[in-house]
Amino acid sequence: MSWRAFSRTPRRSSENSPGERMSSPVLAHLITDIVAGRIRVVDLTHTLAPEFPPIVLPPEFGESAPVRIEEVSRYDARGPAWYWNNLSFGEHTGTHFDAPIHWVTGRDLPNNATDTIPLDRFVASASVIDCSREAGEDADYLLSVEKLRAFEERHGRISPRSWVLMRTDWSKRSNDAVAFQNFDETGQHTPGPDVDAVRFLVEERDVLGFGTETIGTDAGQAAHLRPPYPCHSIMHGAGRFGLQCLANLDLLPATGAVLIAAPLKIRQGSGSPLRVLALVPA
Amino acid sequence: MNALPPQPPRAPSSRLKRRNPLVALKPPLVPPFARSRAAQGLTAAAALGVFALQRCEKCGAAQYPPRDACVQCLSPRLRWRPAEGTGELLSETLIRHGQELYFRERAPWRVGLVRLDCGPSAIVALHGDCAPAPSRLRLRLALDKSGQALMIALPEKDTPDMAEDPLVRETTCAPRARKVLVTDAKTKVGRAMVEALVAAGADLVWAGYAAPWKPSPHLEALGALEGVSLVPLDVTDESSVRELAGSIGGKVDILVNTAEYHRPGSIASRGGVATARTEMEVNYFGLLRLSQSFMAALKARAADGPASATAWVNILSVHALSNDPAHGTFSASKAAAFSLAQALRADLQASGIRVINVFPGSIDDEWNARVAPPKLSPAALAKAVVEALERGLEDVYPGEVAKDVMARFLENPKALERELAG
Amino acid sequence: MRALARPYEDVVVAAPVTVPYTRHSIHSAHWFLAQALAKLIQAAGIRKSDIDGLAVSSFTIAPDTAVGFTQHVGLSPRFLEHVPMGGASAIVQLRRAARAVEAGDAHIVACIAGDANHVDSFRLNTASFSRFARDAVYPYGSGGPNGSFALLTAHYMRAYGASREDFGKLCVAQRQNARANPLALFRSELTLEDYLNARLIADPIRLFDCVMPCAGADGFLVMRRATAKKLDLPHVRLLGAIERHNAYPGDAIQFRGGWALDQDALYDQTGLAPKDIDFLQAYDDYPVITLMQIEDLGFCGKGEGPEFVRRHSFTVDGSFPLNTSGGQLSMGQAGAAGGHLGLVEAIRQLTGMPLGAQVEKARLGLVSGFGMINYDRGLCSGAAILAAQGRGKRRKKG
Ligand SMILES: [Zn+2]
Repeated sequence: MSWRAFSRTPRRSSENSPGERMSSPVLAHLITDIVAGRIRVVDLTHTLAPEFPPIVLPPEFGESAPVRIEEVSRYDARGPAWYWNNLSFGEHTGTHFDAPIHWVTGRDLPNNATDTIPLDRFVASASVIDCSREAGEDADYLLSVEKLRAFEERHGRISPRSWVLMRTDWSKRSNDAVAFQNFDETGQHTPGPDVDAVRFLVEERDVLGFGTETIGTDAGQAAHLRPPYPCHSIMHGAGRFGLQCLANLDLLPATGAVLIAAPLKIRQGSGSPLRVLALVPA
Repeated sequence: MNALPPQPPRAPSSRLKRRNPLVALKPPLVPPFARSRAAQGLTAAAALGVFALQRCEKCGAAQYPPRDACVQCLSPRLRWRPAEGTGELLSETLIRHGQELYFRERAPWRVGLVRLDCGPSAIVALHGDCAPAPSRLRLRLALDKSGQALMIALPEKDTPDMAEDPLVRETTCAPRARKVLVTDAKTKVGRAMVEALVAAGADLVWAGYAAPWKPSPHLEALGALEGVSLVPLDVTDESSVRELAGSIGGKVDILVNTAEYHRPGSIASRGGVATARTEMEVNYFGLLRLSQSFMAALKARAADGPASATAWVNILSVHALSNDPAHGTFSASKAAAFSLAQALRADLQASGIRVINVFPGSIDDEWNARVAPPKLSPAALAKAVVEALERGLEDVYPGEVAKDVMARFLENPKALERELAG
Repeated sequence: MRALARPYEDVVVAAPVTVPYTRHSIHSAHWFLAQALAKLIQAAGIRKSDIDGLAVSSFTIAPDTAVGFTQHVGLSPRFLEHVPMGGASAIVQLRRAARAVEAGDAHIVACIAGDANHVDSFRLNTASFSRFARDAVYPYGSGGPNGSFALLTAHYMRAYGASREDFGKLCVAQRQNARANPLALFRSELTLEDYLNARLIADPIRLFDCVMPCAGADGFLVMRRATAKKLDLPHVRLLGAIERHNAYPGDAIQFRGGWALDQDALYDQTGLAPKDIDFLQAYDDYPVITLMQIEDLGFCGKGEGPEFVRRHSFTVDGSFPLNTSGGQLSMGQAGAAGGHLGLVEAIRQLTGMPLGAQVEKARLGLVSGFGMINYDRGLCSGAAILAAQGRGKRRKKG
């Protein structure tokens, strides 16, 4: 049975007794290796801050609320011994997760929202396709099936239920919001997958989801593809996920990293900012 | 974030002498504020830049000083009416010793006694170019540093450099030789505003821009203008506002808040509050954030020489007075901003910083594309703002539509409400 | 035909008292007024309870009025006047009191005026002096009388050709008169040169054109002649008195006062003419207003003041004795007592007990008051003619 049998009851983490889990040598080794530095924890997340570039839609559409951090008190008259902030943001701000319900094609799938996605999906291995050279040469670069097959020839077949991450080194532009957004009068120019590549990953490789360093799993000019926004419409339509605005993909191996990427448990959430951690063999 | 090419450092203005940084800043002083309720009619006229006196509706007698009953026939029906602002100077003095600190600091100053052509005599502040008595004069109602009306006399005909007279500088907020922050230069109004301020001789215009990644063809052109410096500013982001205030707050003489979010639409067409919230975030909370970050520095520099901090301009909407349901939530956000601007005015009054509220009708921009003309061009709005600063006005209704709505509002607010609903 | 006021029947004025003036004082108006009252009682040799009429003037007695003052000093008058008319208060108090004693509404009326002067009280009083001043004068930095009188002086000089020397001559003469007066705040010699070269205050007004606000009080008693005789009090007779408020409202700028409107009534009432008057105690907070009084009380025609000044001398021994104690310009202006100063000096001259020098053969004195620059001009004017004891009234026929 395919892992994508979403109709089954999601397995709760309490299904196994604590004793059973405690006795797993794998987890014990994992911790030992992390402590010993044999497994590095890499942060794939940008700092959530007001100035981090948000998604931009044509002005006639509704807009995502920006990230805002507003002080409630800071050891002052508003609260003498404590410091805290009020936080507000749209679901798709900063380094964030896209759930299938985000797109109209995925709206009727079962377990399609941040609060209902089975928990085991939040821990998965990742393949990192290095497109940094191509994206550096052409901001509108589209990842093709050929590129994916070339990757597999070198690193082996992309496993089912794994993340495919498109490394473009775009995150290195994050200190320059204009370069990061890269708009001109014809819209945004950022790399992404082409239609066939998305279909290939979903239909022939059964991936868990697709991750990028840009704002959007789709290319900046993806509105002009057929269908438009393939990574949104096809991935989410098939119940797969997206990760956007990832950082530090250049620190990951082509294969072998494990991602821990759990969105906030927002009721019927279409996505959320999150902390994405990668476990990487040192 | 460094979104735009860095600006070359600007040569310091040679027009005004720099302040000696070792001499303590003078605290802002203001002239006496107390007035009778009737006398506030003068202030209302001065706020609009009109010369008006009470006239008796029964016998026609013009009244001054303001009264509660006609000096001739005792009728209580005294109405503020525009009056001929001319008269003859009968006598004058140069006062060298004031009782109030404000006047002491400005000694000596000219005061005259004028017979107005429409009847009464008035004690007036005399412009330096007024000829000695007996002479013909033009009279104006101006707002003094406390925000109250002052009758000032100008020479019968314009004289060279008459705007440089201390009385004029004191009662106006001319941008000439001053440093101005335009909070959002990316909008059409913001762009026109920056250009108009440069043309009016501002020493420096900081042109604020949010969302630097959204291309703005004119912004770089503005930045290349002599006397313009682009600065990142997002009024919806407290840290952005605070950061800019930290870097230029102590130098801003005039703040022109052009930041505005406007999406046409009625209550029903909105669906949820997201757009309305953004309107509030920019139009209302934006003003609040700017106030909290820039107010203190403006107040502190209100007496900083001839190019002191002087004014705060809010671009509101005439529908802050009465809601235009086709732009229902937008109007509401502007009403909120207007109300806050009144609080801001009260706060800045004691320092002599003028808050100028501008109430345009529909502006000819992309968000009023479906509004029938006449619409106010951004250039006309910017011109009205510069004129308000130069004339020292407080309430500005630029363009025909704004004047029409204001007149209807003053005459019968309920009727206006129904007219706008129709 | 002007209605003729009833002549005064045997009303006399006695017991001139002065609570010495000081530039500043920590004492209140109540303190000064009470001291004036005590001096009146002492001077007349009466008991406090003998005073059954009281008139009070003070700018600084707030929040009290004459009413609160009665309880403050334990007085139970059956006639009480609060007269807030500034420099015209003395004449107005006198007129009210005279009619009260004639009618039997009071037996002995104490007329007192006085003011405190704390370090900042002048500014505070000016700021809230009147509604028109608050609305249309104070915001122009011309609060207080200096600015107002500068405007009137500049206009008068232009309209009637008065010179600084003309005003100076009056001021120098008054200072000369003050030199013999131990109560005057300013007793050193003032030369015309000093006057002309003094510090400018509000052009054309210089330092010695301006009165010095100070603290102090004055008072006098009004009673019937029989009462004064019974008390064995030196006294003078009231022959006539006028008052007027807001005269000539149509004048674009003040060049005359209410006296011009009422001088005929004054002389008709007394059967006297200006030439009969032996001295003038004019209200002199600025010399321009003294010139207006000389004109408007008939000593010369309107606009002839400058010429009159050049023709006359104004010291006690001069051809026109004026402000014989030195006037307010030398004694100081104790607020609302400014008009009382001239009246008590007139009583002293006519009873032969001047503070300074005596005007020889002084039989008839004219006292004039002026007050309340409410907006652009003084609104209250008044004048009275007093006669020394034994000087009979000369009635004109018809
Ligand atoms: Zn009338």
